[in-house]
Amino acid sequence: MVDMASPMDIPAERPKRAWAATLRTAFGYRRTRIGAAITLAILVIALAGPFLAPYEPSAFISKPFAKPGAEFWLGTDVRGRDVLSRLLYGGLAVVWMSVAAATIGMILGASVGMLAAYSRGWLAEVLMRVMDVFLALPTIILVLMVVSLLGPQKWLVVVLVGISHMPQVARVSQGVAADVAGRDFVLFAEALNVPRWKILLREILPNIMTPLLVEYGIRIVWSIAGIAALSVMGYGIQPPEADWGLLINENRGRLATRPLPVLAPAILIALFALGVNLMAEGLSATISGVARKTGAK
Amino acid sequence: MLWRTIGLRLLLGVVTVLAVTVLIFAATNVLPGDAARAILGRAATPQAVAKLQAEMGLDRPLVVQYLSWLGGMVHLDMGRSLVTRGPVVDLIAPRFGNSLILLCITSAIVLPLSLATGIAMALTKGRGFDNIANTLLIALAGIPEFIVGIVLIVLLSTQVLSVLPPTSMVPSGQTVLGNPQVLVLPVMTLVLAILPYLSRLVRSALIDAMASEYVVTARLKGLPERQVIVRHALRNSLLPAIQASALSLGYILGGAVVVEFIFQYPGMGTALRDAVGSRDLLVIQAVVLIFACGYVLFNLAADVLSIIVTPRLRG
Repeated sequence: MVDMASPMDIPAERPKRAWAATLRTAFGYRRTRIGAAITLAILVIALAGPFLAPYEPSAFISKPFAKPGAEFWLGTDVRGRDVLSRLLYGGLAVVWMSVAAATIGMILGASVGMLAAYSRGWLAEVLMRVMDVFLALPTIILVLMVVSLLGPQKWLVVVLVGISHMPQVARVSQGVAADVAGRDFVLFAEALNVPRWKILLREILPNIMTPLLVEYGIRIVWSIAGIAALSVMGYGIQPPEADWGLLINENRGRLATRPLPVLAPAILIALFALGVNLMAEGLSATISGVARKTGAK
Repeated sequence: MLWRTIGLRLLLGVVTVLAVTVLIFAATNVLPGDAARAILGRAATPQAVAKLQAEMGLDRPLVVQYLSWLGGMVHLDMGRSLVTRGPVVDLIAPRFGNSLILLCITSAIVLPLSLATGIAMALTKGRGFDNIANTLLIALAGIPEFIVGIVLIVLLSTQVLSVLPPTSMVPSGQTVLGNPQVLVLPVMTLVLAILPYLSRLVRSALIDAMASEYVVTARLKGLPERQVIVRHALRNSLLPAIQASALSLGYILGGAVVVEFIFQYPGMGTALRDAVGSRDLLVIQAVVLIFACGYVLFNLAADVLSIIVTPRLRG
């Protein structure tokens, strides 16, 4: 623990290369590589899909629930629209919305958590108690409550899902930031009268980046589940837009006889969440002392 | 000292619930788009809106409205549904019962199962069972619960086998307990949603405990391995397991909304979903409040339990 280097050198113990090293170790795990490959594939489908779709996503081109064949590879949906085209168009919204919601949750939560860890005392207590109040309202319930008044708008869903992430992110970042806040280089910066916000941003934040990145991954996974679930229930993305969750909502009535229009988007949503989760797992294994906690690769 | 700590924790729980009520009330009253207009729609005349506002007591000061709402909640008088015109409590009570049944059966299965799986994984760390179970559970952990539900429907009630009903609707006047087959798929879905999280947590807590000094000491004392695991390691890995169980139960409350929807299970989640569809504000407020209270209660129970099993937290 005793650091013999002069205090001036200590902030330099976290150069940019430490970052690259962490990522390299993370990619040493098979789960990280598999997760990255799956996520990349889903991103390609979501981003390039609209350019590859054979039909307009909301064009009524056949009778409802036509069987898959040469003309419509995956058949048609409840209204006679091409399932493949709706799939290819339907990934973009859930991708950007879940990443945006997780980002909002991270910014809010990490700010609160770091502030609480660094200020301690009554401010920390108040901040974390307020977080407990938000924690008592699960994502979907919070969104449903507000959406019932303001209507299901995309930005609203994104902001609300982001807010619902805030307490968990705050807890995690408070935990890791509290460890850093007592370290030598922070005390040294304090002794030099460096402003508090500068210490938070320049000394504490860079040192908790990896655990925050793991949390970011987990938050994206939860956002995907929450946002897709809202669309499945009819309170997320609205018709006639093409969206994976909405596809499940529209076609679940014929799940017994025509499972494909439900299963295909369900599998894509699951793969997206799975891919991001595997990457978060890999990164988290890097932190928790490699094989000690997680065992197998 | 022990009672004082627990008492403080209880007080904190009450304060949290009160703050939640303020939040719910604020969200449903201060936000633009008031209840009367929400019910009547955009085309309503100002006179009609004003009349309904008076009828619902919306013309009173907000503080008065809040206090009368809160007072009602305490006495289980949740007002009248704006849609059915019947008391909200009559509408919610049977749904609450059904959700409680789902919660109890799920936790009765998933808590022991996760504990057993986690212990088995920790004891075979890095070998056969652990490797297979860990890989499966990591994969399962990322998949949203409603998709697990859809896949189960496809596998067990429509395409592959058709042994179970795909939906959990029961004829009116009957309970889910009278139709136990409708419980199987929702319970399975929730168990599969929680198992990966909880069992892996038990696993890592136990592995940490096994490597700790007191376990090493117990071994050096010559205690049989069985006793070392049960008396020392397991006991000390109980704490994170209790906290995580509370979080899981709280999660069932929220996650169950979607699972209930997928199976059309007649519980609180479906009630909430329907109330949002018809903008039945008082039902929404009541359901959200019950969910929040449940969450606070689970965490309170976990905290109290943790204080009891861990002497050093009694401080």
